[in-house]
Amino acid sequence: MHNHEPPIFELSGPGKIGVNLPQIDVPQSELPADLLRADDLAGLPELTEPEVIRHYTRISQRNFAIDTTMVSLGSCTMKYNSKFHEEAARLPGFAAAHPLQGDELSQGALQLMYELQAYLGEISGFDAVSLQPAAGAQGELTGILVFRAYHRDRGDHERVEVLVPDSAHGTNPATAAIAGYRVVEVKSDARGNVDLEDLRRKLSPRTAALMLTNPNTLGLFEEHVTEVARLVHEAGGLLYGDGANFNAILGIVKPGELGFDFMHYNLHKTFTTPHGGGGPGSGAVGCTAALAPFLPTPRVRRVPREGEPLPLTERGVSLRPAGAPALPEGAYELFAPEKTIGRVKTFHGNFGMLVRAWTYIRSIGAAGLRRVSETAVLNANYVQARLKHVYPAAIDRTCMHETVLQGKLAAAPEVRTFDIAKRLIDYGFHPPTVYFPLIVPEALMIEPTETESKRTLDAFCDALLAIAEEAARDPEILKRAPTTTPVRRLDEVRAARQPILRYDPTVFARLREEGIRF
Amino acid sequence: MAFKTPTELQYSKTHEWIRIEGDEATVGITDYAQDALGDVVYVDLPEVGARFEANGVFGAVESVKAASDLYLPVAGEIIAVNEALVNNPELINKDPYGEGWIVKIRVAPGVGALMSADAYAAYVDTIKH
Repeated sequence: MHNHEPPIFELSGPGKIGVNLPQIDVPQSELPADLLRADDLAGLPELTEPEVIRHYTRISQRNFAIDTTMVSLGSCTMKYNSKFHEEAARLPGFAAAHPLQGDELSQGALQLMYELQAYLGEISGFDAVSLQPAAGAQGELTGILVFRAYHRDRGDHERVEVLVPDSAHGTNPATAAIAGYRVVEVKSDARGNVDLEDLRRKLSPRTAALMLTNPNTLGLFEEHVTEVARLVHEAGGLLYGDGANFNAILGIVKPGELGFDFMHYNLHKTFTTPHGGGGPGSGAVGCTAALAPFLPTPRVRRVPREGEPLPLTERGVSLRPAGAPALPEGAYELFAPEKTIGRVKTFHGNFGMLVRAWTYIRSIGAAGLRRVSETAVLNANYVQARLKHVYPAAIDRTCMHETVLQGKLAAAPEVRTFDIAKRLIDYGFHPPTVYFPLIVPEALMIEPTETESKRTLDAFCDALLAIAEEAARDPEILKRAPTTTPVRRLDEVRAARQPILRYDPTVFARLREEGIRF
Repeated sequence: MAFKTPTELQYSKTHEWIRIEGDEATVGITDYAQDALGDVVYVDLPEVGARFEANGVFGAVESVKAASDLYLPVAGEIIAVNEALVNNPELINKDPYGEGWIVKIRVAPGVGALMSADAYAAYVDTIKH
C-alpha cells in the first residue's frame, strides 16, 4: 500500500483546474478595491478533479470509523448509526427546506420538532424541551444560564457557586466558569458515588446548582441520587443532569423523576445522529415546568382553539411576523418562552439531527429504547467480566453502559494505558477513552454500546487479553505500537508544544529534513 | 519504580513539594506526580502578588494525558514564578525538584497538612498499586 499521502498543497501543479465554471451570463464587473486582498493567493492548491477525489478517498479509506470498526470510546456512545436515518434526513422536504420559508410552508418540519420535543420529554420525565443547542456542552451552558435567570428572577442574587463532582466531564466545570460561577469540587466515595458528607459540607446559600452525570463517568449508577437531589433542593440549589450517559437508562429510569431539574440530551450519542467528525451534534435540553419560561427561543407549539388557554409550559410570544395571517387551530408555530434567555443557536438548531433522532425513536419505539439500554449495559458488563481479572476495574461494581478498567498489568509494570491503546490499533480496533475520568490512574474507559454483537465483543476482549500477554512477554511490542498504520506512534508532546496548524512549505520542508514523514 | 523524595523537603497529599526557608518557600510538584502526569506540555502560572489560602488552587499543569490543578501546600503570597516553564514545561519532568520549581511564595500563617519525605514515600506506595 502507498503509505504516505502528502498534503493536498504538495500535489498542486500550476494551471491545473478541477471545476468548470459556467459561461458568464451577466455583464462582467470588477470587485470593489477594498474587497481585494493585497497579498497574492499563491500556494492555494491547483489540481484536477480526479486528483482531488483520489486524494480524499485515499485519506478516507484510512479512517478508523464506526462503519469500519468498533469504536469503544467511553463516554462517547459510538453506536452504529442506521443508514435508514440518513435516508429520512435526505428527504427533499426536510433537506431542501429553508429556515426563512415561514411557518405556513414548514408545517411538516415543525410537526417533527413538536413531536420530538414531546418524545424527549416523555423519555426523560421533563415538562418542556428545547431543541436549540448544537451540542452537549452548549446544552450545559444553556442549562446553567437558565438556572441563573431563574435565581435572578426570584431576586436570589447570592448564589455564586456551582458544585461539580470530581468524576465529572471537563465540560461541567468549564460551563459553570463561563457562566460566571465559582466551581466547587465534590469528592467521590469509595463506591464511586458522590460523597454525601462532602456534599453536605459544600452546599450553602451560595449554591446555585450541582451538575451531576448519572450514570456517572465511572459507568456507575449514582446510588444516592434521590438523596443528592433532596440535599441540593433543600439548600435552594438546582440539579443539572449531564445526559452524556443517557444511553444506560432509556425506558428504565426518568431523570425528571429522580429529582433533576434540567438535563441535556446528546442526540448525537444516545439517539444515533452521527458524531466524531461526522456531526454536527445536537444538545437538546429538557426541564421542569418551573424552568420552562426561561428556555431558549424558539420552541414549537400548536395553535390552541380560539379562547382556549395555552398550557403553562407553552406560554410566550408567537414568532409569526406582525401582520401575517393567523394559522389555523392545531397548526404548528414557533414561539419565544415568556422569560427566555434568548437564542443560543441560529434558526431551528441543527435540524437534520432532529430528523434522524425522530426517525430513531419512531423506528424502534418505546420497547426498543428500553432494549437499547438493557443491551448496552449487558455488553459493558460482559466486557468487564471478561477483562477485569487482567485489567483491574477502577471500582468493582456491576457497571452500567461502560466500564472503567485500568491499564496496570501486574506482569508488566512499565507498560502504560497509552501503550495498550496504541497496540489495540494494530489489532484493528479503535482505542477506548484513556486517562479519563481523571480520578482513575491509567484509566481505560470502554463503552461497547448495544450495536456490537457478541462476536465483535469477544474479538475486542481477545485482543486486549492478547496484548496483556504480549506485555508480559515483550513490553517493547507495545512501546513500538502501532506498527500497521500509515504513520507510527505520533509525537504527541511535540504536537502539543509546537502545533503546526496551517500549511507552510518552509516548515514542511524543514520537518522532512528532520526525517519526519507525513 | 522508586521515586525521588529529597529529605530536606516537605510534601502534600496532592503531590506538591515545598522548601521552606525562613518566611519564604519554593513550591513544585513531586517526581511521582510528574511521572504520573506524563510529559508536561503547558503550565498555568499565577500572577506575582496573588495570595492563596493553604490548599488553594494556584495554577495548573497540563500533560498529554490530563490537566491537573496545583494546590499551594501553605498559605502565602506569590513572590516569583518560574518563567522558564512557559517555553520549557518539560523542565518539570526533567528536574522536578530543581529547575522545574513552579512558584516562590512569602509564607503566611496557616500551615496545611505537610508530610516528611518518609511519610510521603509511604503514602505514594499506598496509592501506586
